[in-house]
Amino acid sequence: MEAFTTHTGRVVPLRRSNVDTDQIIPAVWLKQVSRTGFEKGLFSAWREDPGFVLNQPAYQGASILVSGPDFGTGSSREHAVWALQQYGFRVVIAARFGDIFRNNATKMGLLPVVLPAETVEALQSAAEADPTLEVTVDLGERQVRWAGESAGFEIDDYTRWRLMEGLDDIGLTLRNADDIAAYENGRQSWLPTTV
Amino acid sequence: MGRTLAEKVWEQHVVRRAEGEPDLLYIDLHLVHEVTSPQAFDGLRMAGRKVRRPDLTIATEDHNVPTLAGPISDPVSKTQVETLRKNCAEFGIRLHPMGDAGQGVVHIIGPQFGLTQPGMTIVCGDSHTSTHGAFGGIAFGIGTSEVEHVLATQTLPAYRPKTMAIEVSGELPTGVTAKDLILAIIAKIGTGGGQGYIVEYRGEAIRKLSMEGRMTVCNMSIEAGARAGLIAPDETTFGYLKGRPHAPTGAAWDAAVEYWKSLATDDDAVFDTVVEIDASTLTPFVTWGTNPGQGAPLGTAVPVPEETDDPAAARRALEYMGLTAGTPLREIAVDTVFVGSCTNGRLEDLRAAAEVLRGRKVVTRTLIVPGSMLVKLQAEQEGLHEVFKAAGAEWREAGCSMCLGMNPDTLAPGERSASTSNRNFEGRQGKGGRTHLVSPAVAAATAVTGKLTAPADLA
Repeated sequence: MEAFTTHTGRVVPLRRSNVDTDQIIPAVWLKQVSRTGFEKGLFSAWREDPGFVLNQPAYQGASILVSGPDFGTGSSREHAVWALQQYGFRVVIAARFGDIFRNNATKMGLLPVVLPAETVEALQSAAEADPTLEVTVDLGERQVRWAGESAGFEIDDYTRWRLMEGLDDIGLTLRNADDIAAYENGRQSWLPTTV
Repeated sequence: MGRTLAEKVWEQHVVRRAEGEPDLLYIDLHLVHEVTSPQAFDGLRMAGRKVRRPDLTIATEDHNVPTLAGPISDPVSKTQVETLRKNCAEFGIRLHPMGDAGQGVVHIIGPQFGLTQPGMTIVCGDSHTSTHGAFGGIAFGIGTSEVEHVLATQTLPAYRPKTMAIEVSGELPTGVTAKDLILAIIAKIGTGGGQGYIVEYRGEAIRKLSMEGRMTVCNMSIEAGARAGLIAPDETTFGYLKGRPHAPTGAAWDAAVEYWKSLATDDDAVFDTVVEIDASTLTPFVTWGTNPGQGAPLGTAVPVPEETDDPAAARRALEYMGLTAGTPLREIAVDTVFVGSCTNGRLEDLRAAAEVLRGRKVVTRTLIVPGSMLVKLQAEQEGLHEVFKAAGAEWREAGCSMCLGMNPDTLAPGERSASTSNRNFEGRQGKGGRTHLVSPAVAAATAVTGKLTAPADLA
């Protein structure tokens, strides 16, 4: 996983609520067995509309997506995270996230930032008024800064540390392989196996 | 202070707990399918890792499979299914491929084999894993990174979610089903209402549901934002499990039942949030919008956006759905009816649809897709397939089918369905398709009239 410390970039304001993962990447794109090439599927149905925000020249190259509440609800497809990252996003800011999406994002180094709805709204308005607006997302300080404004956000210490170090969860867990083996020895004998 | 059921099951599975870290949770059963696993197996290969517990892992082909007999014609889908076969062979995982008697939708086959049991932790790279909570365990969907993590370690690091009780008092009226109940719950708490929670469904109406009805309820927990939903096990649960291929037998059965009976929320336990709903006030429930929270009783009308919680979203939804505020829901005409999916593709669902269709004719394209090959066999043994065919419906092979349209079963742009599946998202059943979520009974009645209809409306 790519480490995340601080990122500065421009913002795409997505004024929609309940952006489910079927919209982020429709199911037809999930048939691939590789991990790459998903940027083409990002919001592919919505991008057919020339007026859609991602199609506007002013927002090309922006790397921070600021969405309405309940971003990433629905399907568990991690492809949604891959699509956002491969398109160029490093951060998604919203007032609420779907639990599975948020979890998937932190596994991949895409930073989900929860800010109050009014702050999200203010950021969207600022980016609409000035698409060249630069926003800094500082994971170390747990802070979003733009145009003299700033807003703090919460993230647990462990996830923050893992993101800042770019650590692989599996490697961390395997350090505790003895604990896993000890637990397995104590499991009830009636528990089912698939063999 | 007492503990909730979710807290008991969680504590039982903590492998390691350390200050300032998520718990490391043991996973009793890992279900795998072709769509969310290929990159996870690649990850294992790249790191030179093995599957730690192939004996706690099972795979099936479901999302891509065609429901008309014959091979997969889409080469990309075919590659994905073949990749699963290669991965299962390489890593020693039991697989139920297309054509196998045990094949079916991943959340249908686990319970059917008796692999889903009370008190277990169950995960799958699929958000509807919450289905398995109906047996009184913690079951939740994960992404591909976590699939790889579970394959490699049989554990997951996780913070324990908060607990929510949804107390369903009273009794569901005749003609009102588990599907209507969960759609009403989602409309009440919203698509984000359950975020950060494990939901325990409780109360008289829940106790009276069959296991299949309980699975329908728990299945859609994720549509209310909750990763997991569960129901305390009872005699209904034990009765369902007894005699299934992977259920314990003899003395092990007795020991298991004794433990399972301890799996209930203590009387003095406190939930972080409590939601109450009176089942006796419910009527058939359908969705009008583009998320599962945008639903209403069938007897009402398409809402006025300004009178909803999120007017902008409602306006957008009505535009996408091609609906006008104030139109009675019963006047909405559909082109296609789909009965199936991990929400409503079990035997009782097919019986409910057949009961309505017996002696009647459908006027829409009507797909009846059993959730598994076993469900198909059982339905045929009861003659349900003859009822469907006589009515003019299509009787298909098992799979996820039109729930998400990864196989050839899709809606055309602008086409409208009444669907027993779980998501009415834009384009979910095919680009430009419009979906109304309904119960199997309402789906069947709608197929007869061509408009959203409850069985009681039929002469």
